[in-house]
Amino acid sequence: MFSRLRSLAVTLSVLRSMRVPEITSWILSRMDLPLLAHRTESAFTDFKLPLMRGEAIAEATRCLFCADAPCIAACPTSIDIPQFIRKISTDNVHGSAKTIFESNILGMSCARVCPVEVLCVGACVYNQLEQPPIAIGKLQRYATDRAFAEGWEFFEAGADTGKRVALIGAGPASLAAAHELRRLGHACTIFEKRATVGGLNTTGVAPYKMKSDRALTEVEWILSIGGIEVKTGVTIGEQISLADLEREFDAVFVGVGLGSDSALGIAGESLAGVHGAVEWIERMKLEHLDLRAVQRVVVVGGGNTALDAARESLGLGIPNVTMLYRGQREVMSGYSHELDAAMSEGVRIEWQSVATSFGGGNRVERVECMRLDESKRPMEGGAFVLETDLVLMAIGQSKLHAMFATLPGIAFDRGSIRVNADGATGRRGWFAGGDCANGGKEVVYAAAEGKRAAHAMHAEMMGGHAHA
Amino acid sequence: MPDLRTNTGGIHSPNPFWLASAPPANSGLQIQRAFEAGWGGAVWKTLGIPIQNVSSRFGAHTIGGVRGAGFSNIELITDRSLDINLREITETKRLFPKHPIIVSLMVETESEWRDIIKRSIDAGADGLELNFGCPHGMCERGMGSAVGQEPTVNERITGWAVKHSSVPVLVKLTPNVSNIVPHGMAAQRGGAHGVSLINTIKSIIAVDIDRFVPEPRVGSMSTNGGYCGAAVKPIALHMVAALARERDFKLPISGIGGICNWRDAVEFILLGASTVQVCTEVMLRGYGVVEDMIDGLEQYMRTHDFSTIDQMVGKAVPACGEWGELDLNYETVAKIDASKCIGCQLCVAACHDGAHQCIHPVEGTRVPTVDESECVGCNLCQIVCPVEGCIELVQVDNGQARASWNEHMTEGKPIRPKKGAH
Repeated sequence: MFSRLRSLAVTLSVLRSMRVPEITSWILSRMDLPLLAHRTESAFTDFKLPLMRGEAIAEATRCLFCADAPCIAACPTSIDIPQFIRKISTDNVHGSAKTIFESNILGMSCARVCPVEVLCVGACVYNQLEQPPIAIGKLQRYATDRAFAEGWEFFEAGADTGKRVALIGAGPASLAAAHELRRLGHACTIFEKRATVGGLNTTGVAPYKMKSDRALTEVEWILSIGGIEVKTGVTIGEQISLADLEREFDAVFVGVGLGSDSALGIAGESLAGVHGAVEWIERMKLEHLDLRAVQRVVVVGGGNTALDAARESLGLGIPNVTMLYRGQREVMSGYSHELDAAMSEGVRIEWQSVATSFGGGNRVERVECMRLDESKRPMEGGAFVLETDLVLMAIGQSKLHAMFATLPGIAFDRGSIRVNADGATGRRGWFAGGDCANGGKEVVYAAAEGKRAAHAMHAEMMGGHAHA
Repeated sequence: MPDLRTNTGGIHSPNPFWLASAPPANSGLQIQRAFEAGWGGAVWKTLGIPIQNVSSRFGAHTIGGVRGAGFSNIELITDRSLDINLREITETKRLFPKHPIIVSLMVETESEWRDIIKRSIDAGADGLELNFGCPHGMCERGMGSAVGQEPTVNERITGWAVKHSSVPVLVKLTPNVSNIVPHGMAAQRGGAHGVSLINTIKSIIAVDIDRFVPEPRVGSMSTNGGYCGAAVKPIALHMVAALARERDFKLPISGIGGICNWRDAVEFILLGASTVQVCTEVMLRGYGVVEDMIDGLEQYMRTHDFSTIDQMVGKAVPACGEWGELDLNYETVAKIDASKCIGCQLCVAACHDGAHQCIHPVEGTRVPTVDESECVGCNLCQIVCPVEGCIELVQVDNGQARASWNEHMTEGKPIRPKKGAH
């Protein structure tokens, strides 16, 4: 991987001075995907096992086929869930997958990574009965995996409109937008600053839900509609100016996600062994980390990234995993089903506690902690120390809005790009979706927002002929 | 403790559960195991001149994931030698003297009937069942349902059998007729001591849609089979009730057709059967299913204060009538119990698309509402509702006196205004 990355870097340094049309494109189908065969994440198998055909049909047969089904309303992409499940029950898996992808082209990854417990499955009417809700995520995986395995193609590009759309960032939002734009006949170019496409689906998903190779397979599958150019290693605002972009394209979709991990700003934060959780997870997914010396991990934070980092550490064989969270369970932003899983797997949690400094020689060796009272003030005698070999900071990520701040009309809400219900910013031609606009939510929201923005872009570009 | 002993036409049984004449009653060792499991009696797989069977023989109708909800076979009568069968009958009777063995028979000429009846009785048969029902294969050779579909032939052959038999004779009727009553009456005129029904229904169970051949597939061909299993119960219940209701029909009935559990058995008994025969459920799950049948029936009898089966037999027959006798002024409406409703709205879809558009969604809640002024009380919502007791059909006191169609037409009794006929 690294030699591949180095050669890419050399290429990019040459490209840096070039204008848009000359940039060599790294179209994925031609890409020798820069993934190591043996990555740290390779140690994981799926925690939720796929359904076999018989299981899938039996489970699908349980579905009541509700009218105006609550599960559909609970899905950000509004997949017609009862319909796709009914098709599984009749062994019409092709039709089932088509129903899913019609609504959500990222249906394969969403089947694995969606927090279904708080979305579709949480809304299943069986929860009101003394019966388990339908395993919607697993059924969706059954249908979409089959589609991938069989190589079924459901979509083709629309008749060429002559319009061109730039999409910044190659994550789920841009991919969903680009695919929909292609169905509507618009040419698409995705600019990605990294060497790796797929965004957090590739670099951030807990590997017991989905590994990076699977995410890349999905990207390839989405791009197979044709006509989506992907330029990796291109940072908008550096190699290509915003002005150039605006001039060259009829519309721009911003799907840049979030920035780097936030820091606490306390002593010792620059010691070796103190990492941002998102950065560490990315390395764990794409690289081969040497964790032999790591016996203890402290994860700082109480969100889903913190829970992921803790469960992943434990799953990699690190015996002592402690989370440090300043609040109580009730206010924790991480999902309670993920917290329950983490605790049952053996993650320890220091509630109402904060890190005050990190100590150690060359590497971090300990975390100085302080317990807080109900009003978040340090408790008397509340100081304690956690010995550790690794610290993962999961207290949020920076917002990537600075690059767009120079564009009149684009406004921000607490660092997120402000968009209307269609994903339009205040600047004509500019749309946004995914984490950079919603502040950081699941893949399924990015997929929904990308698709929605595609239709709004289509309407704007085509003027009165939007629905022609 | 309820007494489960029964008497069907002089055949006494420790309980009403018999194996039907079919693969589960094909041999002595099978029937002995069945008796050990608790079966009260067995109708031995039809004896006659042994035949040659085909591969394959069975097909299944899968409904909503339930395999074998309907079932079909193209097997013929026994393919084992008469001598072996008779020897095993004797052996089984020796081991289980209190369990009746009814020998099913199918031959052609009177002398053949006389001979096989004598040998069956000599072997220990407690009763005979004349197979006038098989709708595949044997009927092409002038036997089985070919006999059962012709009342005169039925009566004549029944007469032969009764003449040559010293044990009770049951006639097994085919459902492949438009009206079962003349066929039951023919058996009665022939002197039978009881009837068993229904045999299987002429059918094509499925088509192999990749090979373009119906099932069960015998190489590149198939033929019609006999349909049975849970799915045929409603047809069987109707035919049993039709005979039980017939004033001039006096014979006891052994009920057959889709009986899978004690509840099914109770339904047959309430419509006039004094014993029930089971095949498909045993083929799918083995003899062990009888345990639930027995203790489920016992518990039912305790609940309803029945001490003998006879007290139950035909209890629901007086309630079987003609459509023209039904009270047109009896009115019900659906009531939804909001505390039980899970908000699936299956009733909304069913009522809107399949009934009379009187159940409507309500803004701000998942619990639908019933427009009682339009509700015809059809039951569809209650049928689709997955929650027991959530939707009830409640009688409305409309102040109208009972009036059937017949009474309306002949006596001019007033009937209530129509609902849902907009």
